[in-house]
Amino acid sequence: MKIPFKYIVRNLGTRKLTTGITVLGVALVVFVFAAVLMMAYGVQKTLVATGSDENVLIARKAANGEISSIIDRVTADIIMTLPNIAKTPDGKPLASGEPVVIINLEKIGAGGVSNVTVRGVSPQAFSLRPQVKLKAGRMFKTGARELVAGTAIESRFAGAKIGDAVRFAGDNWTVVGTFDSDGSGFDSEMWGDANQLLDAFNRNSFSTLTIRLERPDAFPEFAAAFEKDQRLQQFEAKIERRFFEEQSEMMAGFIRILGIFVTVIFSAGATIGATITMYAAVANRTVEVGTLRALGFRRRSVLAAFLTESLVLSLVGGFVGLFFASFLQLFSISTLNFGSFSELAFSFALSPSIVISSLLFAVAMGLIGGFLPSVRAARLNIVSALRSS
Amino acid sequence: MDSIIQVQAVSKSYWRDSFEIPVLNNVSFEIPAGEYLALMGPSGSGKTTLLNLIAGIDRPDKGQISVAGTNIGSLSESQLAKWRSTHVGFIFQFYNLIPVLTAYENVELPLLLTSLSKKERRQHVEAALTVVGLQDRMQHYPKQLSGGQEQRVAIARAIATDPTILVADEPTGDLDKNSADEILKLLERLNTEFHKTIVMVTHDPRAAEKARVVRHLDKGEFKRS
Repeated sequence: MKIPFKYIVRNLGTRKLTTGITVLGVALVVFVFAAVLMMAYGVQKTLVATGSDENVLIARKAANGEISSIIDRVTADIIMTLPNIAKTPDGKPLASGEPVVIINLEKIGAGGVSNVTVRGVSPQAFSLRPQVKLKAGRMFKTGARELVAGTAIESRFAGAKIGDAVRFAGDNWTVVGTFDSDGSGFDSEMWGDANQLLDAFNRNSFSTLTIRLERPDAFPEFAAAFEKDQRLQQFEAKIERRFFEEQSEMMAGFIRILGIFVTVIFSAGATIGATITMYAAVANRTVEVGTLRALGFRRRSVLAAFLTESLVLSLVGGFVGLFFASFLQLFSISTLNFGSFSELAFSFALSPSIVISSLLFAVAMGLIGGFLPSVRAARLNIVSALRSS
Repeated sequence: MDSIIQVQAVSKSYWRDSFEIPVLNNVSFEIPAGEYLALMGPSGSGKTTLLNLIAGIDRPDKGQISVAGTNIGSLSESQLAKWRSTHVGFIFQFYNLIPVLTAYENVELPLLLTSLSKKERRQHVEAALTVVGLQDRMQHYPKQLSGGQEQRVAIARAIATDPTILVADEPTGDLDKNSADEILKLLERLNTEFHKTIVMVTHDPRAAEKARVVRHLDKGEFKRS
């Protein structure tokens, strides 16, 4: 029979200070742990949201990202003749050949410069990505050296406001509007006319080509036709969302591994804290343990009671840490995205799996921290324990 | 009268560093059912050790102890725990109540080891607390009770499971005279009215007076009385 749960909980309440400090220690580690996972998930979510399931992105096979890809106009024209591509009302393929370049802009507040992605788009780009909406100002004119800036660029970089001129490729580009893409990676880009961008950089090739499928389930047919064409052997077609998902994996993986490595080291401190607290609990309650054992409670009941106590401590810490970490969702930060070598703004994002992982992490700290003291309590000799009064 | 406790040639030593300290030396005696026995003797005479052995919280080095027909030395650790929960009621000098549990919950504690339902447990707890006269203090925590009241709660806990024997280690050792008298009356009543077999270790001659039989231990052996 188990020792009553109320015995466990009330004992925690009797030593408020040590309980509080231990809970705080666990909470801090869980906060950092959850924050790291939320950061990685935020990056992933932002980049995945950048792509659509209905679009196909064509890039060069060996390319790690958009900027290292290259598609010449002839190839782009060949791709646009493939079947299953949606058409515009005037019968043109719904596609956007896009040069992607990186420029330097000065960051507001933080000082220094950072990379910003400038994407050249065709007029169809906005039909391809309906989530991209003009927020203020106007759209850039075709044939003009004008740009529209994503909301994250406008707020984080100097000279990216409407009316400002951004200098690159030997010319001034006027910011004429800002757009919002519903929290996707496009918010961290500047868009302009693709042909103007190609001209300015003396290029004749796009970086990538994005097309819209006529039906969301038409990708296998499109891919089959794509792969069959010998002229497209050096290129690869991927669902746009999948492309950006892969782009996010390296970055998110890096944050996750580094973060978890650091928090696991932190957790040693919190675990030792839990161990000390539980050893103190056992020492203070030696007579009680002796009494419980004399009354007939078994060693394993005592072990379970102290382990549960440690577990409750760490779970409370876990919930406290998660509670505070959940507020991070209100914050948006930016970092250099390894995939595009440019700044990517994103928000911390919490998911059910992060909640579960964080609580499991807390439980692990409680179990490991409470194990030795619980074993000591369970192994106490009844007579010696009773005599310690 | 049939004996309920049989102690046969029991010896027990403790080790301190590398020194063996003999505590009980070939002790044999029997306690009939319904007896109220007081064990007396100077400190270190082995009376508490003998009580612990009878209560099954310690094991003899040699010899055999049977309680109600069970050779308790043959029981495994967990069998012994279960045996204690049904056969032994403990009364300690310092009451040993669990401070975070109310009087009711303290008395209910040994009942949690039985198969009784919650309702049946309630009946047992209320009956036990009524016997000790604390039915109106059920929801009080130990710190809200006087020493005498705490010991009465401890006695209620000891009798709640209706055990075969009650073992009391200096039950009045921490109490003032009036409280001690109350506890001794209560123990006497448990013996006469409820026919409980009681083995009590005491230094207090007034406590021993209340017992029906007094045995004196000295240097691990019974003195001839």
